[in-house]
Amino acid sequence: MATIELRQVEKRFGDLQAVKPMDLTIHDGEFVVLLGPSGCGKTTTLRMISGLETVTGGTILLDGRNVTWLHPSERDIAFVFQFFALYPHMTVRQNIAFPLQAQGESHEAIEKRVDEVVELLEIGHLLDMRPGKLSGGDQQRVALARALVRRPAAFLMDEPLGALDADFRETMRAEIKRLHIVQNATTVYVTHDQVEAMAMADRIVVMSEAEIQQVGTPAEVYHKPANLFVARFIGSPGMNLVRGHYADGVVHMPGADNHYSVPPDWRRVLDETFGGEGEVIVGFRPEAAIVSDEGTLAGQVYASDLHGAYTMLHVNMNEHDIIHIRSDRLVLHPIGTPVRFDINPEMVRFFDPRTEKAISREVGQ
Amino acid sequence: MASFVETGPQAPVTEAIRVDKVSPRSRLTRTVRALIVIIVTFIGLIPVFVMGITAFKSRADVVAVPPKLVFKPTLEGFVYLLTERAVLTQDRLAEAQAHIDELNWMQRIALENGQEITGPSDYVFRLKNSAIIAGVSTIVSVGLGLLAAYAFSRFDVPGKGDLLFFILSTRMLPAVVVTIPLFLMYRQLKLHDTHLGMILLYTVFNLSLSVWLLKGFIDEIPREYEEAALVDGYTRLQAFFKIVLPQALTGVAATTVFSLIFAWNEYAFALMLTSERARTAPPSIATMLGRGGIEWSAIAAGSLGFLIPVVIVTFALRRYLLRGVTFGAIRQ
Ligand SMILES: Nc1ncnc2c1ncn2[C@@H]1O[C@H](COP(=O)(O)OP(=O)(O)O)[C@@H](O)[C@H]1O
Ligand SMILES: [Mg+2]
Repeated sequence: MATIELRQVEKRFGDLQAVKPMDLTIHDGEFVVLLGPSGCGKTTTLRMISGLETVTGGTILLDGRNVTWLHPSERDIAFVFQFFALYPHMTVRQNIAFPLQAQGESHEAIEKRVDEVVELLEIGHLLDMRPGKLSGGDQQRVALARALVRRPAAFLMDEPLGALDADFRETMRAEIKRLHIVQNATTVYVTHDQVEAMAMADRIVVMSEAEIQQVGTPAEVYHKPANLFVARFIGSPGMNLVRGHYADGVVHMPGADNHYSVPPDWRRVLDETFGGEGEVIVGFRPEAAIVSDEGTLAGQVYASDLHGAYTMLHVNMNEHDIIHIRSDRLVLHPIGTPVRFDINPEMVRFFDPRTEKAISREVGQ
Repeated sequence: MASFVETGPQAPVTEAIRVDKVSPRSRLTRTVRALIVIIVTFIGLIPVFVMGITAFKSRADVVAVPPKLVFKPTLEGFVYLLTERAVLTQDRLAEAQAHIDELNWMQRIALENGQEITGPSDYVFRLKNSAIIAGVSTIVSVGLGLLAAYAFSRFDVPGKGDLLFFILSTRMLPAVVVTIPLFLMYRQLKLHDTHLGMILLYTVFNLSLSVWLLKGFIDEIPREYEEAALVDGYTRLQAFFKIVLPQALTGVAATTVFSLIFAWNEYAFALMLTSERARTAPPSIATMLGRGGIEWSAIAAGSLGFLIPVVIVTFALRRYLLRGVTFGAIRQ
């Protein structure tokens, strides 16, 4: 098992900066998810860790050992590809045994180890088949078995569930998580699906535009997004972000008498940040809005969808902002009716529109 | 059809055919198409058929007008093709007939025409040259082509596009145009009439074909397969042999057959650039026309024997070829 450390690692393809200089430490046994929209450099980062792509700058350490310029075969890392990359001309058994043969292990040792892994993944009945004949889920299991069989120092997985049917993804998600718990191996997992990331990660690395936006636990990136990108990207729908003018402890938002009183513990921070007054973005999750007739904020119901356990209200606060409120499923809000709400003071966030970064209470204190 | 409608299916229905979808026209076109294919095949095979029967005709039957379709087959043509013979004098003839039990079948056939075998003909020697030159040049051009195609497919070779075009351009001039300069060059380099010279020439000629063909096949193999092997502890070369090569076999087989057929059949260069030692079979079959009357049956036998290796190789590789000739367009 291993610690992976990236120091100022970057990748340029000609003029294109695929990954900007990045620092990241992945601890021993951790399950880290690289999350971000397509094209943000997740795969490239993973391939640099594996050695399949050379870096154009920076250092990669594996357990303190500098592996930046080592061949992939010398890094002791396993890679699970999006489309599994099972060797089509070999049977499942040969596929799984293949990494062990590279190490020149004895026939008996290989056989024994293959059997162990096969049992762990419950794929004994597939051993003599060719990968082409297997279902997506079974191919996935075989790919995992091939990665596990060598007991590598770390696992890298590039959207391993991307090629599976939606209803099967959840099963495999649980299976990968279970394997991680059993094996407790350092894992770097790439996905663009934030639900998957939230469900699986010990820590999430949110990437966008070839850069790390935030590193944190799922709760941290959800509740304390570091910037507007993370606030929008995490959650479905993302965080409500309403722009307003801050002055004297009140944010004046566009729309009829939308004057939001900032919770007392935030006032000093905002005063300091804006030197008295300035433009601010107020952020809150749909579940942080509390519908009540005495609410200080107001809008008009634009649409509402019933989600079984709750109703998602889409509310027009003014001509620019449609916000989302998670409300009680039993209270009906017909379209077009006015609705008033408050924001849970524990769950409100503020962003500086000039930097797009979150304003932090901790720094201000 | 009527009985089907009344009684229902008589056997398990494995293929659903909606009766209203089977237009009589489409069935007719299918029949017509099959008929055309058969006719074209038949016409195409007539020369081969004539060659085949001519090879087994005796001297008298070959020249018979109208051509005989029914005749007594003989291996005379083959004996003439493969041996040098001398005419026997009367007393030597009698002596040979006395010892007929000790002669093999070839000698006996020669004897029937009053000849004795003095040794193998040039043709045997030239067939061997053909085999060596075609075989070696095919192996080398497919081997080199495979490595070059892999590099072009997987690595950022500087000037890749230009190089590939250059390789292709070696094929653009017709053979007749380059034979004279080649002839002069080969004389200077002492490559004229050598095996090495012919092997080099055919290798270079086939290389453009094999690089381009094989690159197409290798491009089709996702690089994730090799990358998986790389992270699993194999070197690039090992990954190439264990992962890429087995998946490129279709392409290798197709390229081998194409290269072999070219090198085996090549006539113009061989005629110009070889005379004795390295002369291949195709020009020597043609020169048989000239020596003391036309030995049609020997020529037919030579052509037939010359066809057989190509047929054997193509047949042996047919499993790969069926997919290979689609140039990698269809994968599994
Ligand atoms: N081999 C390559 N050559 C040139 N550009 C590349 C190459 N691989 C990736 N890129 C570019 O780098 C950027 C990041 O790609 P990638 O890491 O695959 O993103 P992600 O996996 O997050 O979708 C993209 O703009 C992509 O087009
Ligand atoms: Mg990707």
